[in-house]
Amino acid sequence: MQRVAAIAFNTFREAVRDRVLYNLIVFALLLIGTAILFGQISIGVERLIVINLGLTAVTFFGLAIAIFIGIGLVYKEMDQRTLYVLLAKPVRRVEFILGKFFGLALTLLVNTALMGVGFFLALYYVEGRISLPEANLLAALYFVFLALLLATALALLFSCFSSPVLSAALTFGLFVAGSLAEDLRELGRMMEVPVVEMLTRVVYYVIPNFRNFNVISGVAHGHPVPAALLWENTAYAFLYIGLVLAAAALIFQNRNLK
Amino acid sequence: MPVIEITGLTKDYPRGFWRKRLHRALDGLNLTVEAGEVFGLLGPNGAGKTTTLKLLMRLIYPTAGSAKLLGRPFTDIDVHRRLGYLPEAPYFYQYLTAREFLDYCGQLFGLPKADRRRRLGELLEQVGLTEAADIALRFFSRGMLQRVGIAQALVNDPELVFLDEPMLGLDPVGRREVRDLILRLGAAGKTVCFSTHVLPDVESVCSRVAILNRGRLHGLGTLGEILKIHVQASEVLVSGFSAALVEALRRLTDGVRVAGDKLSATVPDEQLYTVIDCVRQQGGRLLAVNPVRASLEDYFFEQFGTEKVPELTSRE
Repeated sequence: MQRVAAIAFNTFREAVRDRVLYNLIVFALLLIGTAILFGQISIGVERLIVINLGLTAVTFFGLAIAIFIGIGLVYKEMDQRTLYVLLAKPVRRVEFILGKFFGLALTLLVNTALMGVGFFLALYYVEGRISLPEANLLAALYFVFLALLLATALALLFSCFSSPVLSAALTFGLFVAGSLAEDLRELGRMMEVPVVEMLTRVVYYVIPNFRNFNVISGVAHGHPVPAALLWENTAYAFLYIGLVLAAAALIFQNRNLK
Repeated sequence: MPVIEITGLTKDYPRGFWRKRLHRALDGLNLTVEAGEVFGLLGPNGAGKTTTLKLLMRLIYPTAGSAKLLGRPFTDIDVHRRLGYLPEAPYFYQYLTAREFLDYCGQLFGLPKADRRRRLGELLEQVGLTEAADIALRFFSRGMLQRVGIAQALVNDPELVFLDEPMLGLDPVGRREVRDLILRLGAAGKTVCFSTHVLPDVESVCSRVAILNRGRLHGLGTLGEILKIHVQASEVLVSGFSAALVEALRRLTDGVRVAGDKLSATVPDEQLYTVIDCVRQQGGRLLAVNPVRASLEDYFFEQFGTEKVPELTSRE
């Protein structure tokens, strides 16, 4: 456990010392800031615009951080041979994978929290009052964080066997596909061809369902987030992340370093 | 007790894009190293030295064979608590300082904070990096990185140390320091196994060497034992010589060279005393008599110079 923590902390330290991270955070905060402008020219729906734009900015910039850093987590260490020193020590390969994941998870937690603070400040500005953050908005932010963790695990998995560009394409592709999973299943159903219907249903269950984590539109319109969804999404995310990390560890375990 | 026991260790690498062919990087290596030895793995590039060390460090997996380190299977993670390893031309995290990196390595061995702090101070002093301890590694020269690499290999005070080309990238002073460090480790009872392709690196420090070429073991023993078939001559250096002495020496041996006021002659061992007597009788001044050591390059050229590229085995 101590080794996993050491690797996680070092991964976090690496991310914190990377300028790319700060650029992305600044862009996210700028975008959240522009939500205020959009809000001001949208009479009566300022809050709706700020919530929609703000939380979407948190999602996409968080995703960019997860992908940009995630795809290099294993590949870069193999490519630059920094892994040699590490794995020759009493470190199991699965510990390395877990350490890398938790390190990036910690980075994402801090970033999401920072962007969340920016989002709430923007919201208070357009509302003209300061109050405790609403539970629904916090739940939406929590779901964004879960989705980012899942994307990180996927990026880490791809990073174990493919180049950074391919890993980024695969992770982003799965994020888009996972966000449209229900539409894909509906499409299969509408075609009324049993084979296609079965195939789309299999794809629906296999690929990560990112849509479940997106409640931004609902909370922007004031719909409450059901308590059951909190548990369901949490359980789904952790189960899926566990499976993806197990696959990553299995692939990495059998790799010969170059 | 042997601390390294390698039995039939073999490693094949697939090559080619469409039709995979196997290249044998290491071919049935058998090797035993005893506790307290300073052992050298010698061979040219592509001999299998790095492959052997990477296999023992679990960085790659063997195609066949096995190995024991400190009496336990090399795959046993607990054995690696007692080992140190310096990879060839090591790369480290550029965003860390030398102190942070060594502290990180200490954490991976589970060393308590107080122990790490004490050990780091000792190691930085030992490799001459105390002044540069808080500078990011991206600003380090190749030689400084090599020193960091040696320090991280010793962070856990290992019983058995593997160093892959430890003198690589070091200036003469640095090479001397590393040689001294290896000798100190040997004197402290540690077992050191290091690879190199440079003969002087091993001459002064190794108790035994293994010579590898194209994945196969070609010699095992002291360097003298292995190269002695080539050490059958001496170089005699003379000053104050006369034309008569030059003439006399040329009658005795072919390898007589005159450069300025110095004469040197390569003399077969069986004629050495005859030549010395001749120098004395002719009034020459004997400056030095040095055994002519075949260089490792000479050895390899003579042994393997005409050998073909190792056989490539088709996967199917």
